[in-house]
Amino acid sequence: MKKIEAVIKPFKLEDVKEALLKYGITGMTITEVKGYGRQQGHTEFYRGAEYVVEFLPKIKIEVVVRAEDVDGVIKAIAQAARTGKIGDGKIFVSNIEKVVRIRTGETDEEAI
Amino acid sequence: MSIVAADNVWILTSTAFVLLMSMPALALFYGGLTKTKSMLNTMMMVVVAFCITSFLWLAYGYSLSFGDDLGGVIGSLKYLFLNGISPKDAAPAAENLYHYLFIFFQMTFAAITVALMAGAFVERMKFGAWMLISALWATFVYFPVAHWIWGGGFLSDMGTLDFAGGLVVHETSGISALVGAIMLGRRKEALMQPSSLPLVAIGTGLLWFGWFGFNGGSALGMNAQAVSAAFVTTIAAFIGGFVWMGLEWIKYKKPTSLGLFTGIIAGLATITPASGFVDVFGAMVIGVLAALICFWAVVSLKNRFKYDDSLDVFGVHGVGGITGAILLALFAKPDVADVKGLFYGGGLSQMWPQLAGIAIVGIYSVVLTVVIFKITDKIIGLRVEKDEEVEGLDEAIHGEKAYTREF
Repeated sequence: MKKIEAVIKPFKLEDVKEALLKYGITGMTITEVKGYGRQQGHTEFYRGAEYVVEFLPKIKIEVVVRAEDVDGVIKAIAQAARTGKIGDGKIFVSNIEKVVRIRTGETDEEAI
Repeated sequence: MSIVAADNVWILTSTAFVLLMSMPALALFYGGLTKTKSMLNTMMMVVVAFCITSFLWLAYGYSLSFGDDLGGVIGSLKYLFLNGISPKDAAPAAENLYHYLFIFFQMTFAAITVALMAGAFVERMKFGAWMLISALWATFVYFPVAHWIWGGGFLSDMGTLDFAGGLVVHETSGISALVGAIMLGRRKEALMQPSSLPLVAIGTGLLWFGWFGFNGGSALGMNAQAVSAAFVTTIAAFIGGFVWMGLEWIKYKKPTSLGLFTGIIAGLATITPASGFVDVFGAMVIGVLAALICFWAVVSLKNRFKYDDSLDVFGVHGVGGITGAILLALFAKPDVADVKGLFYGGGLSQMWPQLAGIAIVGIYSVVLTVVIFKITDKIIGLRVEKDEEVEGLDEAIHGEKAYTREF
């Protein structure tokens, strides 16, 4: 089992969700996060005083999938989230040791 | 002259308008400009100053400002706690109005003047310190200066004109805001991060609305001057806002909402002393100059000298009030109120009393504010602790948050 974390532009959330549903992923967790990469921040002006906003708002999506689905899910997210402009985000993949569904006690792939 | 019902109707209405300028207008305007973590503190500074000053006005402020003149400097204590005044009496200063109404109307001016200063001290001042400063400043700065110009004191004898408070309200509070901000020191996070620009928009609109009573009511009757003052006030406001927005667009490549709102307030503050003396043409020029000069003060002057006049009380109100008091001497039109400015054949005759008034009120405000801040620093201390400032004043001082989350 793998966890896929994708940090994306907030307005792309709907598209990514649709793409994941289409692929057959039935659940996900999202978090409103802030960060920056190559895009850096942006500046705001209040009465002429410059104010640098270093961290930009992003959405982090977390989904846990079977190992064989990883490539397909990555492709679905990347296609849906891509605008081609700087600041599109990143995808991270890591191993998951155990999953438990609290209601039934099912574990691992049955619980995903 | 006897009581005129129509005049009383208008001035009672104006009183309510000026009250609205403090609460909620100024509280929203300043609160929206403050960081979210301290916005309630800012709003409370405005309202608590209103409460304190209003009480002092009844206790002795009205008497010091409008009581019998003592040597041109201060009023007598004959109206201590409004002693001996009946609700049926006419006001000695305006016999067409009930005495109570005149006191009430002037009370809202005193109160908002003190509240205006708060904008320079937000996000770092001890609440108790602000309360003491409010009381001392109303007593030793506002009440005497109001007497000098409006209560028959030496500046009015000298011919200094101030229709609705360019000197009495905006110069005193603006200059004291600057002095106080320097003595208080810069904030740890000395930048503007408005908690809510939509609140600033509502505050701006309500201030503009309230200014009909502030300037229109200063005619102290329902007459041509009242209508003209309200009309020219609105003209200066929208022109000021429009020009400020344009200046920003040129200099920073973006027209900001805050720039538009700030320009409106600059136009309103600047026309205030002149509003009863100039016509619509004068108001247009004043609107343009208000934006140019206040924009320079807020954007260039403040950045050059690095003082933390947090919400630009000096840059907008102080500079605006002084500018308007000078422009009055240029654009006063005899048609409006029998005062001739330079451009209407009056030469510089009105300029000298204006400049003298500005200088005297300015120097007096600086000296007294320094003393008041020193005293307050000794007794209470001016600033909150460093960690309270970073955590935000709302939780640290008031145990509240402007916006709560459920978890």
